[in-house]
Amino acid sequence: MFGKSGKSPAARRISFSLALAATGVLALGACGGGDSGGGNSDAAQSGNSTGPITYVQGKDNSGIVQPAIDKWNAAHPDQQVTLKEQTDQADQQHDDLVQNFQAENADYDVVSVDNIWTSEFAAKGWLQPLTGDYELDTSNLLEPTVQAETYNDTLYAAPTTSDGGLLYYRKDLVPTPPKSWDEMMSMCPIAQQNGIDCYAGQFAQYEGLTVNTAEAINTFGGSILSEDGKTATLDTPEAKAGLEALVEGFQDGNIPRQAITYQEEQGRQSFEDGKLMFLRNWPYVYSLAKTDGSSTVKDTFGVAPLPGNGDGKPGASSLGGHAAGISVYSDHKETAFEFVKFLQSEEIQRDWLTQGSAAPVISSLYDDAALVEQFPYLPELKTSIENAVPRPVTPFYPAVTKAIQDNAFAALSGSKDTDTALSDMQKSVQNAIAGGQ
Amino acid sequence: MSSTSGVATGEYAQGEPPLDPGRRKSLHDGSGRRAALLIGPTILLLAIVILYPIVTAVSQSFTQDAGLDPSTGMFVEGGFAGIANYRLWLLQDCGGGAFSCPPGTLGSQFWTATGVTFLFTVVAVTLETVLGLIFALVMHRKFKGRAILRASVLVPWAIPTAVTAKLWYFIFAYDGIANRVLGTEILWTGDGWAPKAAIIIADTWKTAPFMALLILAGLQVIDEGVYEAAKMDGAGAWKRFVFITLPLVRPALMVAVLFRTLDTLRMYDLPKILTGGAGDTSTLSMLVVDQVRSGFHAASALSTITFLIVFLVAFIFIKFLGANVTEQRAPKARKAA
Repeated sequence: MFGKSGKSPAARRISFSLALAATGVLALGACGGGDSGGGNSDAAQSGNSTGPITYVQGKDNSGIVQPAIDKWNAAHPDQQVTLKEQTDQADQQHDDLVQNFQAENADYDVVSVDNIWTSEFAAKGWLQPLTGDYELDTSNLLEPTVQAETYNDTLYAAPTTSDGGLLYYRKDLVPTPPKSWDEMMSMCPIAQQNGIDCYAGQFAQYEGLTVNTAEAINTFGGSILSEDGKTATLDTPEAKAGLEALVEGFQDGNIPRQAITYQEEQGRQSFEDGKLMFLRNWPYVYSLAKTDGSSTVKDTFGVAPLPGNGDGKPGASSLGGHAAGISVYSDHKETAFEFVKFLQSEEIQRDWLTQGSAAPVISSLYDDAALVEQFPYLPELKTSIENAVPRPVTPFYPAVTKAIQDNAFAALSGSKDTDTALSDMQKSVQNAIAGGQ
Repeated sequence: MSSTSGVATGEYAQGEPPLDPGRRKSLHDGSGRRAALLIGPTILLLAIVILYPIVTAVSQSFTQDAGLDPSTGMFVEGGFAGIANYRLWLLQDCGGGAFSCPPGTLGSQFWTATGVTFLFTVVAVTLETVLGLIFALVMHRKFKGRAILRASVLVPWAIPTAVTAKLWYFIFAYDGIANRVLGTEILWTGDGWAPKAAIIIADTWKTAPFMALLILAGLQVIDEGVYEAAKMDGAGAWKRFVFITLPLVRPALMVAVLFRTLDTLRMYDLPKILTGGAGDTSTLSMLVVDQVRSGFHAASALSTITFLIVFLVAFIFIKFLGANVTEQRAPKARKAA
């Protein structure tokens, strides 16, 4: 690397360039640049026409989207839809959409939005409100899926898939699933006698922790934000009872200490290995636990709605799912609107369930005998979604979820007591919805 | 953070005066114009890809992030912010005065993130340097199978960081290999010291070979004759190491250390994938990326601060390195020869 002459310039040149390489850090901030605000009422008015459009969504892992588009294209030769697939990483999908909206890209006609992004995109004026000419009939949909896409009393995106949490349990050990959290905890000695862990959800410091924390708080009657989304409401006894339930679970050992590192997959692994009696997870686990070669609980597990707080109602799941939004920059909004309705039609919803086990948004499909036979968890899933609460509907969701995750993690890992964690959570969520930091 | 390689020559050409006075003279008599013509496009390109983002980032950092208009619920541009974005990070001022950012906000995490970034840098780079030096000394010896050893040592370095992080994520799982081998039940991605240790171990595993390679390059240019002369003078192995190897390998070593220090100060993907920031392991770069999703302008301020920190560290190194290389190395080498 250095000549024997030992002159400094070679070394200095190299090191100097390295120093300047540090400038790369700056580019990070600058890349995100560009203005991000302003309602765009002009754009919302124009473009009422038909023509070819593009539908943008994350990677279609179960291969159900292209067949749906093929169906549409066969019936609408002059209004062809092209599928643009993004990566399968949610964060990157979000950032890709943001960049294209900022660039006012007319090629992103219909975009698939995770329900936690809708209010942010709506508040930035990027989504066509589904009112007036674009009014959508939502009467046959599951209510929480509509609520999650509603910002400022206006519907901004059409729900296309849903998702809710389920309680997986070992019916060989517990013949009747618990109806309430306390009942579930009282069953934990059974797990102990069998030398296995009792209950686990997703408690690692990531989005899953927000989901689980919100479920606990909502189940015990608390809430994170007020109805209008303008005030944090975590300083209530109900919210405390919810967080306390999880904290006590960890303290008692009813939730194993390693669950603080669990995301979806670690919990599923433990359950399928027969080392866990109760697991909170999404419906995707059902078919895997039935068919995985390594699953030891194939014939011994059942599903139930999440346990409630003892008042007879099931627990409040956090709502998962995606919706289709129409870009205000689209030149062919009429086609886009028709296509959105098509995605939501019973035909496509049924296809997506049978071909990719995607949870439908149409209520009646959950009662369809043929479908229930194929997907025995549908009735429980319906209960779960009907009682689900959307995660905080706020344009400042990234900051809100961060505030929840950090403080809930501190409480569950024991580095903060419940009261401090909750009051910090209240303050930081309030700070987040006031300005986004 | 990718456009690092192009920076080198251009910035050097811009910033550093030519060191050889003779050469400078020749630039003035005719060939100067041709030289300008030749490096012109490079400078223009660098201005576009380096200067423009920097200027934009710095100017954005003085703008307020868009806020909600309470009557419409829509975002409106924020306008001039003064130094509010810098107060947010440096003073943890979320709008209510110094230290008003409640725990759980990004603003409250700046100093924690700075601390943990420096902790990673100091501990990991020290470990990497020591291990790298040992590796390099071993690889420098002549023995059978040396080529295979050199190639295999480099494997960890060849693996992409994201893959390394995922690999160690599985190793450090609760029922993963690490706990089984050690017979422990440590929550490596949980809370406390364990996640920090996990990141340092993974980073050291990945980059010690890189250190070894750079140091080895330095070792190979040391003249064997120097050692022979020292041997004749009766210097033992330890003395030869301390008085010959170390001083002569020092320039290579320092560049390796500088390179790794800058890399570690900007570390993002390894902790992001391994711990996701659990147990206070969010680095400055992770904070920047998190903030980009909440507001670009505050993120610009943070990346400007991060840039200044990294630049300052680099600058101190160069001063330090430059002085030692020029004043110590040359005379010693001469004396030894």
